[in-house]
Amino acid sequence: MGIKIDRDLCIGCGTCLGACGSGALELSGDGYAVVNDNCVMCGMCVDACPVGAITLEKDGGESDISAYHGVWVFAQQTEGKILPVAYELLGKGRELADALGVTLTAVCFGSNVQQPEKLIHAGADKVILADDPKLGFAMDLPYADLLTKLIRERKPEIVLYGATAFGRSMAPRVAATVKTGLTADCTILEIDGETKLLRQTRPAFGGNLMATIICPNTRPQMATVRPGVMPALEPDTSRTGEIERLTGVEIPDTAVTLLNTITEITGDNITDYDILVVGGKGVGAKKNMKYVKRLAELLGGNYGVSRPLIDAGWAEYKHQVGQTGCSVAPKLLLSLGVSGAIQHLAGIGGAQTIIAVNTDPDAPIFNVAHYAVVGDCIEFMQEMIAKLEAKQ
Amino acid sequence: MKIIVCIKQVPSTNEVRMDPVTKTIIRDSRQAVINPFDTYAIEEAVRLKEQLGGTVYAMSMGIPATERLLRDAMARGVDKSLLLTDRAFAGADTLATSYALSLGAAQLGDFDLIICGKMAVDGDTAQIGPELSAQLGIPFITDVCEILEASEKKLRCKKVTDNGFAEVEITLPALITVSKDINMPRFPSISGVRFSLTAPFRSCTAADVGADTERCGLTGSPTQVVRSFTPDRSHKAQPLTGSMAEIADAALKIYEEVR
Repeated sequence: MGIKIDRDLCIGCGTCLGACGSGALELSGDGYAVVNDNCVMCGMCVDACPVGAITLEKDGGESDISAYHGVWVFAQQTEGKILPVAYELLGKGRELADALGVTLTAVCFGSNVQQPEKLIHAGADKVILADDPKLGFAMDLPYADLLTKLIRERKPEIVLYGATAFGRSMAPRVAATVKTGLTADCTILEIDGETKLLRQTRPAFGGNLMATIICPNTRPQMATVRPGVMPALEPDTSRTGEIERLTGVEIPDTAVTLLNTITEITGDNITDYDILVVGGKGVGAKKNMKYVKRLAELLGGNYGVSRPLIDAGWAEYKHQVGQTGCSVAPKLLLSLGVSGAIQHLAGIGGAQTIIAVNTDPDAPIFNVAHYAVVGDCIEFMQEMIAKLEAKQ
Repeated sequence: MKIIVCIKQVPSTNEVRMDPVTKTIIRDSRQAVINPFDTYAIEEAVRLKEQLGGTVYAMSMGIPATERLLRDAMARGVDKSLLLTDRAFAGADTLATSYALSLGAAQLGDFDLIICGKMAVDGDTAQIGPELSAQLGIPFITDVCEILEASEKKLRCKKVTDNGFAEVEITLPALITVSKDINMPRFPSISGVRFSLTAPFRSCTAADVGADTERCGLTGSPTQVVRSFTPDRSHKAQPLTGSMAEIADAALKIYEEVR
């Protein structure tokens, strides 16, 4: 696939150089137009050429989707440690691979990646591992380039990514480079019994609408899934599989240089907690935030807040739960004095159990909560704190 | 410095109306606003211009009425606008949209920097920035929360990562997406509003930017929506009642069960 310039027709006029928006065309020493690596195959030079010397060739081989087989999961790591979302994706990936009767492969890039066999235990048949000091910190460009290369060589039919900050950044770069679809933040993934296509269901409009999306004509079919949405399988240490360590991988320098990383205290990320205490406007005053924090601490969890509290300066942005903050998926979420604006509800859909406390019996939060307490959240927190402290 | 800001028209509410035939969203210009995340992109571009000099372009792909929002951006410090509008662009997914935007950027010529909001609040995909960078073959950084140093050649940025922040340097031309804590967008000035009302406005069709219509809109979109539905919200929460002490006991029992 690419731009082809017919030297028999080219008159070396240079019109195409001006038409190209990517700086991908130049005149060779002998006076013909040539294409360089900047080409995005937009085809603008094709129309600009006054003598019809330029054509955009589409590769028949690459668009042949029957050549694509197998399910891949991109397993993200941080400091050599594989993130939990990788195991969650493998749980779903196993189901999809079994429905298609194909293999499940985990693809992991990093430096000194610890225990890659855990990916096998979590359901993978095979692991492709690129272990290189240059891959230690997850950077979009080298990761996307390497993954794109592997996808082009080995042609998986499905690739799943965790919708982490990094996954949401790298996966679309890969998608647009291999020119395929990518469905963000899927909550349901299933194989269509008849067509064998991946049916990808995701919320949009802050969760007001669910859409099921397919990618019928290009491969791979790619999706991101938020952490905490899919359950991981129980690790099965008796499972065996091949761990292929890529050798001779060249990781060229890119135009982006990492200067420094600032790791926040591990576990300070509210998405990492099984228990979350989330305060809303009903908390009433900044001084009452101490109850929210204390209750979270006693329950062994962390605290979050709805957006108005961020705007009021009662908590830092990293504690914001909702569409413009974090989406969370804890085992238990205590929602205290949160009315439940749609943007907030969009961020708590993954919670397994929600206990909501609000003085307004008609608050929308009760439409998604599992347990409803109509009452004052401060009183509730004080009572909970007293009981938990008494137990200590 | 030549900076392009990509903006998207989004509904001001999240109330959704669907076209039952094409299963795509009916976009109604009456209540449209600039995607909130893009307002931070506009502000950051204007600040860079004020610091380094240059021109800021606002670009959007959308219905003709998007002109109003591009003019609003011009009231906030943007110098020029480009609207890509054509029926051929309709129904585009992120790949087809980023393709169209890449042609728009090419049309504007030698840019140094493209700034996008981190994501749009209607689709929530956060894919356009990275996909556009791939279409143009330029480097990118997502989730930038602070520009620490800027020159005509390079940007030094602080970005949000999964476990904290990273400081990265990027060689221009490049694309960045910005998070909402990067700045506080300004209000339009009176002179800005005056300028925006009378400034020349440019819109292009698919043919104007030399688009391959096979790669635009619904036709050029690899993903297809096969079903849309409103999620079931009919479930009833189980009430916890009694004195607050009894309620707290019940809540602690649930906590013990699920932890």
